Amino acid sequence: MNFIRNSVVPVGTVLLAILALWYAFAIILNAPFERDQAARANTTIATGQLIANTMAQERPVLPAPHQVAEEIRKTVFDISPTSKRSLVYHGGVTLSSTLLGFGLGTLLGILLAIAIVHSRTLDKSLMPWIITSQTVPILAIAPMIIVVLNAVNITGLLPKAMISTYLSFFPVAVGMVKGLRSPEIMHLDLMHTYNASKAQVFWKLRWPASMPYLFTSMKIAVAISLVGAIVGELPTGAVAGIGARLLAGSYYGQTVQIWAALIAAALMAAILVSLIGLVATLVNRRMGVRP
Amino acid sequence: MTVVALRPKAQSMPNATPKNVIDVKDLSLVFQTNDGPVNALSNINLAVNGGEFVSFIGPSGCGKTTLLRVIADLEQPTSGTISVNGMTPSEARQNRAYGYVFQAAALYPWRTIGGNISLPLEVMGVPKAERASRIAKNLELVNLAGFEKKFPWQLSGGMQQRASIARALSFDPDMLLMDEPFGALDEIVRDHLNEELLKLWAKTQKTVIFVTHSIPEAVFLSTKIVVMSPRPGRIHEIIDCNLGTERTLDIRETPEFLEIAHRVREGLRHGHSYDE
Repeated sequence: MNFIRNSVVPVGTVLLAILALWYAFAIILNAPFERDQAARANTTIATGQLIANTMAQERPVLPAPHQVAEEIRKTVFDISPTSKRSLVYHGGVTLSSTLLGFGLGTLLGILLAIAIVHSRTLDKSLMPWIITSQTVPILAIAPMIIVVLNAVNITGLLPKAMISTYLSFFPVAVGMVKGLRSPEIMHLDLMHTYNASKAQVFWKLRWPASMPYLFTSMKIAVAISLVGAIVGELPTGAVAGIGARLLAGSYYGQTVQIWAALIAAALMAAILVSLIGLVATLVNRRMGVRP
Repeated sequence: MTVVALRPKAQSMPNATPKNVIDVKDLSLVFQTNDGPVNALSNINLAVNGGEFVSFIGPSGCGKTTLLRVIADLEQPTSGTISVNGMTPSEARQNRAYGYVFQAAALYPWRTIGGNISLPLEVMGVPKAERASRIAKNLELVNLAGFEKKFPWQLSGGMQQRASIARALSFDPDMLLMDEPFGALDEIVRDHLNEELLKLWAKTQKTVIFVTHSIPEAVFLSTKIVVMSPRPGRIHEIIDCNLGTERTLDIRETPEFLEIAHRVREGLRHGHSYDE
């Protein structure tokens, strides 16, 4: 009962409000086209008919939610996942480069943070570059990464994953520097009185103390990894992936297809973030965090 | 990794005098701060015998915690000498001579009580079976048997501090260094833990250095009270204090107790500790 009152009702209410707004905007934005059609045919159109028509256009300015839902249903369930017209196929392509890039990015971020925390020189010299790296617009640098890596015969999954890595290492590095420095002075002094080695201080104190920071930054990292993978699919000539689907949709004015791909990407991001949340909960339980 | 010798016996050290566990001579420590140098410790001379219970008492800023940290090799003196078991504090620390208890329990929140007591043993490479028996033994010692699997937040403040004492004792250090360990606890819990600590001291025969703000606490626990005064941090007076081995809280109403407490208070007054 509590679950329904505390979760289902508020979340459902917001969802309904969004859907209502979406329908309203679909009608408003698609109506001019219907009026033009009627004017061209020298007829007038009744309001009821107008509203019905705005929700059933083939290339609407803003497709109605049920059109997008129908497109997703068709491309997910009706078409074989191996077909290039299947959203599952494209989603899978994007997901694999997202996960590879996210994995590499997280690893790189952690390693950078460890280096920075243990060396004053690296702290001073690396951090500015890490921050600068994120001020470069990814849309500008993505094609260059793909082209450069292509030139040295690295093609396929890895170049796209590199773009995800480029974006996702940053929150992990920044979060983990903070996390690895989070132990209290007393906890560090204690290790000093035990004459603990640097490695022992790391594994028994710094690493466990940084876990909350790690999972928070991994949530951000996985979401931008997905963005990176999609951006990485644009300059590859729209071969495959959610990004290719978006690009093809915009070439041919297939707005329903674009929106279906967008919604699919959003759902994927939500699932990935919740999975990390789930892992964080399990780790927290093991580490005895107060429920 | 080979098993580390946990406790170098003072007697086996060639340079160690059998009596003085801690020997401080003309020790000074100046902190360089943005507001100029601060004389945290000035001309400290102190000798502590093995098995003594020594309290440092004085107002904030008198350097009592700093002196304890110098003994534990957590701060470096600017001048003068200090030896612990005939060694430098750094060597003594590397020989794992110190069990340190902070004002806060400073338990690692992601480790259970047993896990926290196991921490120094893991660092020192004690084998697993030995760790288990030491955890049980030390929990018994501080009356926390049965709490091994609990996490720190599930225990009261007093129990957490007892667990932290068990952790400090787990690797059988030469001495117990305690920095206002009961300062954050209420008076009822504090009285109780004072009695417990006294029993523990009698049982383990360890040298204890105890930093405190509280005159009754110092008089009740100590064999020697070091009265310190601020600006610059220095020792004003060392008062011998031995109220017998079988002490209970009732002793606080005896004339002997009140006499020593009075002397400590006078010492603090003459050290300008009550000046504004």
